[in-house]
Amino acid sequence: MNLTDSALLNSYSLYALYSAMAVYALAFIAFAVDLARRSSAVGAIEAAELIETDAASPAGFTASAGSTVTLKRPVLSRISARMDNDAALPYGRSSSLRVGVALTVLAWALHLAATIMRGFAADRVPWANMYEFAMTGTLLIMTVFLIVLVRSDLRFLGTFVTGLVLVLLGVAALQFYVEVAPLPPALQSAWLVIHVFVASLATGMFALGFALSAVQLLQFRRENSALEAAAAPRSAVASALRLRFLATLPSSATLENLSYRINIIGFILWTFTLMAGSIWAEQAWGRYWGWDTKEVWTFIIWVIYAGYIHARATRGWRGSRSAWLSIIGFSAVMFNFGIVNVFFKGLHAYSGL
Amino acid sequence: MQPKLGLTGWLRWFWRQLTSMRTALFLLLMLAIASIPGSLVPQRTSDPNGVTQYFTDNPDLAPILDKLQAFDVYTSAWFSSIYLLLFISLIGCVIPRTKHHFQALRAKPPTTPARLGRLSGFTTQDAPAHTDARDAITHARTVLKSSGYRVARFDSDTESSVSAERGYLRETGNLVFHAALVGILVTVGFGGGYGFSGQRVLVEGQTFVNTLLAYDSFNPGRFFDDSTLDPYTLSLDDFSVSYEQRNLQAYGQPIDFTADVTVTPKGEAAEPSAVKVNGPLRTNGTSIYLLGNGYAPTIQVTAPDGTVVFSDSVPFLPQDANLTSLGIVKVPDGLAEQLGMIGFFYPTQDKAASGANFSSYPDLEYPLLTLNVYTGDLGLNAGVPTSVYALDTDTLTQQTGGKTDVASIELKPGESAALPGDLGTVSFVDNNPTASAAGDFTQSVPRFASFDIHHDPTQIWLISFSLLVLFGLFTGLLVPRRRVWVKATTRIDGTVHLEYAGLARGDDPALEAAVTTVADRHLKLLKTHQPVVAHPESI
Repeated sequence: MNLTDSALLNSYSLYALYSAMAVYALAFIAFAVDLARRSSAVGAIEAAELIETDAASPAGFTASAGSTVTLKRPVLSRISARMDNDAALPYGRSSSLRVGVALTVLAWALHLAATIMRGFAADRVPWANMYEFAMTGTLLIMTVFLIVLVRSDLRFLGTFVTGLVLVLLGVAALQFYVEVAPLPPALQSAWLVIHVFVASLATGMFALGFALSAVQLLQFRRENSALEAAAAPRSAVASALRLRFLATLPSSATLENLSYRINIIGFILWTFTLMAGSIWAEQAWGRYWGWDTKEVWTFIIWVIYAGYIHARATRGWRGSRSAWLSIIGFSAVMFNFGIVNVFFKGLHAYSGL
Repeated sequence: MQPKLGLTGWLRWFWRQLTSMRTALFLLLMLAIASIPGSLVPQRTSDPNGVTQYFTDNPDLAPILDKLQAFDVYTSAWFSSIYLLLFISLIGCVIPRTKHHFQALRAKPPTTPARLGRLSGFTTQDAPAHTDARDAITHARTVLKSSGYRVARFDSDTESSVSAERGYLRETGNLVFHAALVGILVTVGFGGGYGFSGQRVLVEGQTFVNTLLAYDSFNPGRFFDDSTLDPYTLSLDDFSVSYEQRNLQAYGQPIDFTADVTVTPKGEAAEPSAVKVNGPLRTNGTSIYLLGNGYAPTIQVTAPDGTVVFSDSVPFLPQDANLTSLGIVKVPDGLAEQLGMIGFFYPTQDKAASGANFSSYPDLEYPLLTLNVYTGDLGLNAGVPTSVYALDTDTLTQQTGGKTDVASIELKPGESAALPGDLGTVSFVDNNPTASAAGDFTQSVPRFASFDIHHDPTQIWLISFSLLVLFGLFTGLLVPRRRVWVKATTRIDGTVHLEYAGLARGDDPALEAAVTTVADRHLKLLKTHQPVVAHPESI
């Protein structure tokens, strides 16, 4: 491809990427509105139930409890009794949630177009420097999210996923941007295609696992305070004021199972990344393992997730403790991507910065 | 009074603790934490120069860190003890589980529980009319067996049932995964001992014979026998580099390095071949990697009487992306004094505003060699080995460049200059004077390539164990292990009541769906096999 075409295509890629970011931002807002609506719906019910109990108590209010109670169920619509919808207060798909998903799909299409055009502009796979890793990596996070949506209803994670992708793309476009450059000889290998792609895919899985674990922890706290609430009704309502939308999300046990299933796929992919990397390292550097900083961190992440999987089978470690491991694991992935690539010295010096 | 634990009691207690899942988890997390310092502090194995620099920059801290083995984290006593304990714990856990699994593989599925109602996917159905309870279970057995379940049936007067289990591969995979990890550890631990790695720099036109003495550096494994080196020869015929010239954003970036070589196995015909950065040459049981390259200007030193006392292509080490290169020439004999020279080579020389030379492009567009000349004692006579890439100037007197007020010698290809103090002359020999005369300097200076030559007979083992690890992960994490029961009870009125239920053994998202599928298939089979003629007793 001649240079002017390449430059033109790259500028189209940038337009598409910025458009994708704008649409992701709109999707983020829609998802956030959905969470707010969930909170207020839950709030309405709790208020109604409070009035109910107070009315029942001898010294209670004399307010027209009956009219408020009628609010209780119509606000919430039952959804199918699939196992991942065992929410305390099941909540259907609000219009803002639908808008959020639709916008995410649109943004994803623009994001995909941006990535493909960058690849054609460079005449190679679009993941050979930090800017391109970030672009392709976030595209894969989003792709994994959209694919998982087909199978289980994780739409409530939309705020997190669009938020994360938006932040990463913003940093990439502003801090990591580099012009199209040819591949240095060290990267001219089929393993670039396999190793980096699978690593990005694993990152997508870990991101979702992380989000589910984080929600799991919040949910666990809510469930505990709900239990306390049963013991001491009045004080608990105050503590449950924050993040009321959690009542419309699956139970912490279900979130834990979902997180586990996504994280084990990520772990298998990460294991493959590590092995493919070793094979490539043997070809390019003459040794399959040399404790290069990036290798060290890849290993650390592998060990953390191995620990996470074992934690699920260890008494006393199921639940919140294993969730923390999933959170630490993904933090290490982000550290490996954002900090090790840019600030640490080592052989994986391909950030292009 | 508490019973006393004897020595064996304590050992047993310790062993039980070590092989518990909790300890394994603790050791795993310790391993992750213990790996971190190695990424923060330079390591001797991967970055020896970084370690030297660290000692210079932190003279107080470095020796303390060194005591803690912070520069050799991955071979340190503390790191090793963590992973060795982890692997002992792993082996202690895997062996009994293997035994148990072998027994499970031969055992029959367990008796059907009395009450299925509390289990996952519990479904009840009425069998089609005239179905016999025992026949129904025979059909259920067929359905389950064809879905890969291992089955056992139990019959009593009032009820028949089949107990089925599948997914033994899950535990097999689990055990294979852990055993293969041990395999990898052992291979990595001992495997390196059977191979060697060596380095050799070759200038274009030079030949190397694969023998111990021909290596610039050679690191044999503990169990490697030097005499088994296969004495093939490797010649570097040509080293070509192409640079990006169209894309101004990446102008001058190398886009290809190719070392054209000829390999001649002992007593066989020469074979032309190539080594590239991502394309090592596998030959005669060794792998040859291209790890570095640069320029090797041909320098000649002549005594006043016309005797050539030094003539060689000297590899200059690249200092930056545009290949400003640094090289050392040592002439111990043949001149009135011992002579040392520190040379800078600029493939495309340019001058900064300060007057300093620099290279503005990595290819040979306008090559220039500058030499700072030293005389005195080169320190070679003591018999102590010294690096060919360093000049110890303590015992030497600088004659040109620096603070001497005498300008450095500056030479273009083909030029000569007198050495200070009438020592003789130094020349920068042009490799292709005709082309240079026409203004094309690209052939004037030969290039060198540095090769790593490795032999590691255990890599095949490593690959095999890695594949087993992957197999073990896939099956150990994704194959569902589950039990399914089908029970048929004959009611007083002669109709048959069917119950289906399952039990997950490990994470199993699809269990309920699986029980439903079994129930559906079973009922379909019962319907198709419904006796055409009614049972005699119902007539």
